[in-house]
Amino acid sequence: MSAPRPQPRLDADNRSFWTGGADGELRLMRCRDCAAFIHPPRPICRKCLSENVAPEAVAGTGMIDTFTINYQKWHPALDVPYVIARVAIDGAPGVFLTTNIVGCPVDEVDIGDRVRVKFEQQGEIYYPLFEKIV
Amino acid sequence: MATNDAYITGVGQSEIGVKLTRHPLLLTLDAVREALREAGLSIEQIDGVSTYPGRMQGYLGFSPVGTDELIDALGIRATWYAGGGEITSQLGAVVAAAAAVRAGLARHVICFRTVYEAAALARPEEYPPLKRDKVDGNSQWLAPFNAISAANWTAQYAMRHVKRYGLTREQLAQVAITDRVNAALNPRALMREPITLDEYLSARMISSPLCLYDCDRFTDASTVLIVSAGSAIDEVKCTPVRIAAMAGTVERHSWDQPEWMACYPTGADLWKRTDYKPADVDTVQLYDGFSFYVITWLEALGFCDVGDGGRFIESGKRIALDGELPLNTFGGQIGAGRLHGFGFAHEAVVQLRGNGGARQIKGDPRVAVCTSGGGPLATALLLARD
Repeated sequence: MSAPRPQPRLDADNRSFWTGGADGELRLMRCRDCAAFIHPPRPICRKCLSENVAPEAVAGTGMIDTFTINYQKWHPALDVPYVIARVAIDGAPGVFLTTNIVGCPVDEVDIGDRVRVKFEQQGEIYYPLFEKIV
Repeated sequence: MATNDAYITGVGQSEIGVKLTRHPLLLTLDAVREALREAGLSIEQIDGVSTYPGRMQGYLGFSPVGTDELIDALGIRATWYAGGGEITSQLGAVVAAAAAVRAGLARHVICFRTVYEAAALARPEEYPPLKRDKVDGNSQWLAPFNAISAANWTAQYAMRHVKRYGLTREQLAQVAITDRVNAALNPRALMREPITLDEYLSARMISSPLCLYDCDRFTDASTVLIVSAGSAIDEVKCTPVRIAAMAGTVERHSWDQPEWMACYPTGADLWKRTDYKPADVDTVQLYDGFSFYVITWLEALGFCDVGDGGRFIESGKRIALDGELPLNTFGGQIGAGRLHGFGFAHEAVVQLRGNGGARQIKGDPRVAVCTSGGGPLATALLLARD
């Protein structure tokens, strides 16, 4: 059982992102006019200013763009070390997610590694963590 | 002197400490008094106030004093004032003040940054820590993954430099080592003991590749810069330092969506607005809330190519007090304390006036660059003693 994570406050913009894991889906906001992905999710396309946007499931795979191994116990309940990574999301050019890489020793993570989403549920939130594709 | 230019005139600073008990408004007053004395101005001549990020009610240690309170407490009659965090970083408050005096909205503006983060930790009932049941805004994309500190966010950019450009810990160490050497020569600095490369390399890791010595630490202090209009410069007794160029750029206020930190476009913009060139710069005072920012600012400002920042400072000789490009001569935030941006402009002015005492750089420095910000925030100022 993992320690409780900080919980995002759900709203109309972010609900699909944080709850998509209930259906096993990583959902990103996308423009239905110009097809650009919009992250963080907002009710407007930052490429063409269209309001015709809606959440859409992506494959849920990606590549580690960069990472860090955190050793500092920022609060007493935190288990360290753990990997924080910035993952470039397949099929959604320009979208990066900050996340944790789980399921492997912290020193086996590197830039360029291929990863797949693995949701961790806490309450109504499905945290999109990632694990290495082996 | 061009009357339509903006100048930094008086500069001042309170004591720099940890867990101080002196009221943050009084620390601010200490810095104001010193700046007024240097400028030969009286408080009646001040007609503008500017700060970053303004009083933060939910996080008073981070910013305990705002413009409203300072104006009232010191009996200032302001014709212009501004304070807020939605600006290009800490020194954005100086950019705003410079724009205001050039537009004729004020003549002499007190720009201040007061920090009370260490005192707040010691007295949480008076200065409560940031409390939140749920995270929203930008935090929601970071905190849920326990990417809690700016150390984590910054470390990821640093790791990319390690992997892509071969940045080494030995290179990065030169920032902290240089900061500590310089801090020892600054009577006000907080961390006045030097550190060796071995001590650096054996320090505990915070968020790889950043170790303890790559981070600044919570501090209680106030720093003041008075920005004066060229048309009012005859009222000032000290040697004015001209703000020769300013830049601050944001594309996306996010720690994970932009490919590059905001310092890169900001550094490029700075040189588009002046005839000065990087080769003209006598000293650089570069934001070092984390040591890695110095690497990126050196690259961003064109002192070396992108990716070469580590090699540029490799032996530490180039950035030493007697080197070709003295860096953070007051100790930076890593050595002097987390003054949060304003310390770099303060020191640039001290050096250009020859007031550095034991840490004064040799020769006749006339041009300095000072910066603030990291990640999505960046401000750069080019200062010149004409």
